[in-house]
Amino acid sequence: MPITKADIEKVAQLAHIEMSAEELDIFGPQMAEIVNYVEQLNEIDTSNLEPSIGGLTPEGERTEASRPDEVMPSLGQAKALAEAPDPADGYFRVPKVL
Amino acid sequence: MFQPNSIETLRSLLSSGKTSASRVVESSLAAAEQFNERLNAFLEIDRKGAAQRAREIDTSKAEDNKQQILRGVPVAIKDNICVEGLQASCGSKILGDYHPPYNATVIERLLGAGAVIIGKTNCDEFAMGSSNENSAFGVVRNPWDTARVPGGSSGGSAAAVAAGIVPVALGSDTGGSVRQPAALCGVFGLKPTYGRNSRYGLVAFASSLDQVGVFGRSATDVATVLGVIAGRDSHDSTTADVPVPDYADALSKDIKGLRLGLPRALYGEGLDSEVRAAVLGAVDAYRELGAEIIDIELPNARYAIAVYYIIATAEASSNLARYDGVRYGFRAEEAPELRQMYRKTREEGFGPEVKRRIMLGTYVLSAGYYDAYYKKAQQVRSLIKEDFGRAFGRCDAFITPTSPTPAFLIGEKADDPLAMYLNDIYTVTANLAGVPGMNVPCGLSSTKLPIGFQLLGPYWSESTLFRLAHAYETAYPFTDRPPIFATQD
Repeated sequence: MPITKADIEKVAQLAHIEMSAEELDIFGPQMAEIVNYVEQLNEIDTSNLEPSIGGLTPEGERTEASRPDEVMPSLGQAKALAEAPDPADGYFRVPKVL
Repeated sequence: MFQPNSIETLRSLLSSGKTSASRVVESSLAAAEQFNERLNAFLEIDRKGAAQRAREIDTSKAEDNKQQILRGVPVAIKDNICVEGLQASCGSKILGDYHPPYNATVIERLLGAGAVIIGKTNCDEFAMGSSNENSAFGVVRNPWDTARVPGGSSGGSAAAVAAGIVPVALGSDTGGSVRQPAALCGVFGLKPTYGRNSRYGLVAFASSLDQVGVFGRSATDVATVLGVIAGRDSHDSTTADVPVPDYADALSKDIKGLRLGLPRALYGEGLDSEVRAAVLGAVDAYRELGAEIIDIELPNARYAIAVYYIIATAEASSNLARYDGVRYGFRAEEAPELRQMYRKTREEGFGPEVKRRIMLGTYVLSAGYYDAYYKKAQQVRSLIKEDFGRAFGRCDAFITPTSPTPAFLIGEKADDPLAMYLNDIYTVTANLAGVPGMNVPCGLSSTKLPIGFQLLGPYWSESTLFRLAHAYETAYPFTDRPPIFATQD
């Protein structure tokens, strides 16, 4: 199905990316072309196929991934906040929400 | 200068006292600094840290340190792999000079084996690209011809190895990002089996496809590094509990009787004639070396790019949601309200290709489209995996081209995203199927640009790939060096 400018605007909103009018004009036709290309998959009858759950190998699926529920050392507050754009009093500070 | 040497040569020079880690590392740093103006391969060169570590290695009295397999070996690391104390920009403005507070597991293992990290290499933003033109910090240039791209997304690591700055480097491979730049720069490049090594500390792009990969100037060096970084990691639940074999042991075995699958359908339309001739030449070489060549069919391989660009963008849109200007990296100014801050930060912080992929991924996952795109792609992915499984029932590995063309000009495909995506036609299948793949250099085009072929094997068959690659390079050594190459002592 064709991608409209309204589709692109909606997707940008969902993805939390502000888009200028110029960007919308560039991305619209590019995305339409790519979506049109990937729609070649519609020629394949997949009604009886299980979706692949990822690149996991049989050995990977058998690997036990859980560990005992024990307290382990973590980064700690100072290190975790060290790269924050606006840390304050041991928290991540953000602009007002409401 | 010692850095163009192999790991094995470095080890013997170091253990006999003919050189020191400090000297090796200094020559590597000097080459990195000297070439960076022309190549832009490094985003950060850690002169101070690397020299300090080399001194520690030289003065260490501990006997077990002398046995370390990578003792004093300079390595370069793609800038999407976390090294404590160094930046991890991922080639993006949104991370900028972010300094991760921990080491990736693969880094811990390299350091534990005695390696010295000399710097972080340039790459396409968040590993999204096939040319390195998507880096926010400028394109990497190909050491064979600086008007051309090095491939991508791990172009800086490929260029650093090709130019003799380091013997080995790490990259990441989500759809060919190690193998394709390896082909375009004339070096070896491996993407291991999904789950072979840890992604803890590798910045996530598409989690069902990403693997850390290795560049080197010989199959032996790549095998040595994989042996160090491979194995189960409790920090990454996708690493598999599969023993790590002695890869060096496998190298010396001859290849008589190995069955090499030839998917002829992949040698048709879109493949450069010189690349086709060179790769078919390698097929003949394997026949002469005693391998049996078997025709195989991969009927669904032609859908791989479509499947890949649905799955990879969907996973990326989810993984990159974390860049919101709150916990690390860049935050847009003058956004007095939270949602506005998110939107402006992502608008200003991400480059066009990353935005395009986040948008595509958001689109294919959005309400009403999930079944039509994402589920459909995962179903066709199952078909591709079945194709591979069937073909591997009849042969030990496949041989294909790695890239449809040699290195293209900077700017040549930059305005056409779909044309750029088609560069990955031979490489994405390995990521979709989860199998290992390796680029092996096999000659130069008439314009003196490297050409490589790709070996693909079943799960956990890295030993077989090394054995095949080593047999080829022993019989047909790739001795050409690019015009930009660190000279040897």
